[in-house]
Amino acid sequence: MGKTISEMIFSQVSGKDAYAGDLVIANVDGAMTHDGNALLALEAFEEMGGTKLWNPSRTAFVIDHVSPSATEAFSSVHKRMREFVLKHGANFYEVGSGICHQLMIESGLAYPGSLVVGSDSHTCTYGAVGAFATGIGSTEMAAVFLSGKLWFKVPETMEVGITGKLRPMVLPKDVVLKVIGTVKADGASYKALEFRGSTVEAMDVDGRLTLCNMAVEMGAKTGIIEPDEKTYRYLAALGHRLRKGFKSDEDAALSGQLSLDVSDLEPQVACPHTVDNIRSVTEVEGKEVNQIFIGSCTNGRLSDLRVAAGILKGKKVEKGVRLIVSPASRDVYVGALREGLIEAFADAGCVVCNPGCGPCAGAHQGILGPSEVCVSTSNRNFKGRMGSTDAEIYLASPATAAATAIEGKITDPRRVLEEA
Amino acid sequence: MQIRGKVWKFGDDINTDLIIAGKYKLSITDLDELSKHAMEAVMPGFSEKVEKGDLIVAGRNFGCGSSREQAPLVLKHLGIAAVIARSFARIFYRNAMNIGLPPVECSDVDSIEAGDILEVNMTKGYVKNLSKATLHSIKPVPPELWEILSEGGLVSYVKKHGKLPWEAV
Repeated sequence: MGKTISEMIFSQVSGKDAYAGDLVIANVDGAMTHDGNALLALEAFEEMGGTKLWNPSRTAFVIDHVSPSATEAFSSVHKRMREFVLKHGANFYEVGSGICHQLMIESGLAYPGSLVVGSDSHTCTYGAVGAFATGIGSTEMAAVFLSGKLWFKVPETMEVGITGKLRPMVLPKDVVLKVIGTVKADGASYKALEFRGSTVEAMDVDGRLTLCNMAVEMGAKTGIIEPDEKTYRYLAALGHRLRKGFKSDEDAALSGQLSLDVSDLEPQVACPHTVDNIRSVTEVEGKEVNQIFIGSCTNGRLSDLRVAAGILKGKKVEKGVRLIVSPASRDVYVGALREGLIEAFADAGCVVCNPGCGPCAGAHQGILGPSEVCVSTSNRNFKGRMGSTDAEIYLASPATAAATAIEGKITDPRRVLEEA
Repeated sequence: MQIRGKVWKFGDDINTDLIIAGKYKLSITDLDELSKHAMEAVMPGFSEKVEKGDLIVAGRNFGCGSSREQAPLVLKHLGIAAVIARSFARIFYRNAMNIGLPPVECSDVDSIEAGDILEVNMTKGYVKNLSKATLHSIKPVPPELWEILSEGGLVSYVKKHGKLPWEAV
């Protein structure tokens, strides 16, 4: 019987002829932890008697969640991470380097055909380059640090076939929100979601990263996309050597299929307080907002900033509203500087923060107060996630977020085209 | 493994931010302090009311969202003896096993109410509602995971056996 990409990767890393449902012990190709969860991992590593990392060159420590530190407690966490890395080796990403998931792609630690784990649920992002990548807890991360191995249940694969040409101002984020609204928050539990179809093929790698990033919002173990010429060109441009990934066999067994024609898709918005509470932007237009956030591991890449800056250029953020921009990495930040995007943001009255997670996880740089409303390009709108439990978070694309900032209320970005 | 305790009842999709919000997880590293905020957005005062040995019963997709291990940790720290849910998000399920908080999958939780006294037997595979005299079957735990949970979690396992569960002796 044929295999899916996920089954092929698990066969490779376990040395077994692995199929969905099998329990395998796998050799991990890459492991990542960040300041939000590193402390527990380091404590567990030491409690387990850890004296050295299984492979420092395949391990990454990233300071991105509270970066720079906002509290003494987290300054101590950062200090502990620096000391650990100094002692044990490992790739280390200081304050200002960027978001862990963007860095794992840029650094080449996640690559086609690899198995990568991270102590963060959005590790599933790396499936966009054909890696099998998934989030694990801190204690399991400690076990990986020790042994380079972890047990996995090989997941079933659900195919998400997306076809049709997206209309102007309709972005990959709108596509994935539509998928989440259809599959729902636990509709892909324990499965690998394989995104396929002409829309995905036409998408740049930035867009594919947005799709895979949100697979976990449907309960999936990972999102994954077959690498193609576009993927290999993207990775080559980053200076990485060619490592061929896998392609699912035609006769591989699937568990569920979703087909979506996005030719007529409108911009989508995830309304409070669950990510699967999806509406078209036209249904929520006019809702007054206090804060807009453009950034995160979902939508903080150069193509996202280009769209947002294109809408904001020559305009002003509405009075009484604040727009916070956090580039996903220093490379993205420098790219945005060179293209004049940062200047466009500043001229429009935005706050441009250092690369990092920004306000997405509620740590700093834009905490919401009681009854405040935020439109965010991030991936979670859970009650209280960005601050007050009385605040509301609407998730949207960078285009919808930028258009909303100009009007001070939720705005269909296609209006910007009409006005132009 | 037999557990007896009083029920705190929650609904579907209790996410990790509701269990312990990022604003606390990313500013407080002391577990005593952090645990005071457990479940506060969905049940204010939970951390003060809960008693050692109590149980959480919830609907679908318990623990969805972040991979933060602090979510099962704060519940265990407050004395929760087990979480019984219709289904769990996968990372929470693994985390709970790894820190020694039993996650119990039970498809039949609707009739269980707050304050009921349950007897949970994971080895025999049932939940008995002593308050309502009803019996509910539970999904068996895979043996590989049982090995970890029954030792009280992955760290305890390693301390006892001197190796990870998947390493040869």
